[in-house]
Amino acid sequence: MSVLTRAYQHQLNSSEVPAGQPLLEVKDLSLRFGGVHALADVGFTVTQGTIHSVIGPNGAGKSSLLNCVSGLYHPQQGRVVLHTGAAGEAHELTKLPPHRIARLGVARSFQNIELFAHLTVLENLMLGRHVHMNQSVLASLLWFGPARRQEIAHRGLVEEVIDLLSLQAHRHQPVGSLAYGIQKRVELGRALCLQPALLLLDEPMAGMNSEEKEDMARYILDVHELAGVSVILIEHDMAVVMDISHRVSVLDFGRLIADGTPDEVKANPRVVEAYLGAEEH
Amino acid sequence: MSTVTATGIHHRSYRAELRLRHTKAQYVRLALMVGLLLAAPYVLDRYWLGIANTILIAVIGAVGLNILVGFTGQISLGQGGFLAVGAYTSAILSGRAGLPVPLSILIAVIMTAAIGAFFGLPALRLKGLYLAIATLASQEIIMFIVRRWTWLTEGQGFIEVERLSILGWSIKRQTFEVQWYWLLLAITIAVVVVARNLFRTALGRSFMAVRDQDIAAQAIGVNITRAKVTAFAVSSGFVGLAGALTAHYTETVTWERFTLDVSILYLAMIIVGGLGSIAGAVYGAIFIGLLPPLLTEAVEALSTSMPGLTDQLPAIRNAVFGVAIIVFLLVEPRGLDRIWTRLKDYVRFWPFRY
Repeated sequence: MSVLTRAYQHQLNSSEVPAGQPLLEVKDLSLRFGGVHALADVGFTVTQGTIHSVIGPNGAGKSSLLNCVSGLYHPQQGRVVLHTGAAGEAHELTKLPPHRIARLGVARSFQNIELFAHLTVLENLMLGRHVHMNQSVLASLLWFGPARRQEIAHRGLVEEVIDLLSLQAHRHQPVGSLAYGIQKRVELGRALCLQPALLLLDEPMAGMNSEEKEDMARYILDVHELAGVSVILIEHDMAVVMDISHRVSVLDFGRLIADGTPDEVKANPRVVEAYLGAEEH
Repeated sequence: MSTVTATGIHHRSYRAELRLRHTKAQYVRLALMVGLLLAAPYVLDRYWLGIANTILIAVIGAVGLNILVGFTGQISLGQGGFLAVGAYTSAILSGRAGLPVPLSILIAVIMTAAIGAFFGLPALRLKGLYLAIATLASQEIIMFIVRRWTWLTEGQGFIEVERLSILGWSIKRQTFEVQWYWLLLAITIAVVVVARNLFRTALGRSFMAVRDQDIAAQAIGVNITRAKVTAFAVSSGFVGLAGALTAHYTETVTWERFTLDVSILYLAMIIVGGLGSIAGAVYGAIFIGLLPPLLTEAVEALSTSMPGLTDQLPAIRNAVFGVAIIVFLLVEPRGLDRIWTRLKDYVRFWPFRY
């Protein structure tokens, strides 16, 4: 366990779905770009309180899958259902625009860092609070009154995220000038500031050395264990995936070829074939 | 509430950190600037005060344009058109409809904001150069309406405006420039403060998010349709105010004052001053506003030794404009604002380099 430097006052996880219940259901999802089938009849369920990894060789459709969940792509077929509230009320995501999906509590990071490069770390994280903030034009122009109160009120949670991810030293630096590993962490922080019900991480460790990977794995575990956020993780590093995930789904050429615990997946011959090639007989 | 030490500024509360100024040096500079602005009407003659008034109006317009181009990343060539909407609306409402001037200016601001939002709709689909062309269309459409709709603009788009008079306070001929200076100074300061405020709130941050990374902005919950249209409306509101003030200050409204050249001149202001900075818009407006009169002075001073120079003044002016913009783009693309920041840092850290 990492050492907490102070008692956190805010819940980062906003999902009230009971542990073990389905949080996100992907059903028969198909996505085509012209003649290319990026996804074909993919279906699996993410349960509340888990780290659910999606793996597969390059071009298997992992990022396309995340883009369907967060509303950036619109699949031709199938459904993505997010459950919210203690009763598990169902929301169909495939027809919603991205900002509405974010409002439901789906936050994400991107494979190629997509931060607001000219803004400071603090401003990037405050943007993570956007859906919880009022954007009245008059109040913003006047500043004194509701606008300032709001900035101060939301700063508390942002500072807790800064503390959780050890970003104190970089608070006022423009993110464009930060090292790659720290930018990745800021992106994780921005997603956390949304108080997500479900966190989508698209290759959070891509391009890192083993030490940075360990750090990032630790932060993801903190987010999951301390903050209680359910995570969908796309990652190439098999050791990390097998180490920290509760469940693994494997894609190959847009099809789901395996879905189970890390041990089950490791033993699955189709997964071995996809990764290592078929054994010659 | 904040402590300044050799290691930097240490804030004791979020509220203190959110202030625009923290150090004694910053307050001293502010006091100096206010002193200069207050002394100006007693020092400057009518000619230079007139230039100061023109610059004050340009500051409002440049701040408005920078909100859209510099902060939200939506290129606009429609500045002249939006200035025209503000000017004609206020001129027609105060003249023909007989509304009191403050009310006619307020309506002009709202009107320009609405029309700006409407012409901002293409921005939902277009970016960069394509958007520039779409806003160019808005400029031409507005100019066409102004020049051809004779019922609206009394033919040929030329309207005379009565000398300003608000609730018994009226502008006198002898003190015309001085009175206008105080009025415009108050309005301009309010505009600059209000624009600074915008970019320390959630709304202003969402504009910058759209500029930097629109896909990530959507994924984090920013409704970019709303953000872009709001940015066009807020920006055009400021520009409409500048237009309306131009109408009442110059006491005539003619379409020649709002052509495409004006749109490009305003773009030059924010590029020279610094894109994405309120202070930059102010510096840029001052720079571009002072360049022609200072050039005229320089040419007159040289005319005794080089007699042919005065005839070439317009050509020299254009050439200097062009050279100034190219030099800024090459040497410091982030403009006068960045140069000023670097100068301050140099003094602050001296004798160290950084």
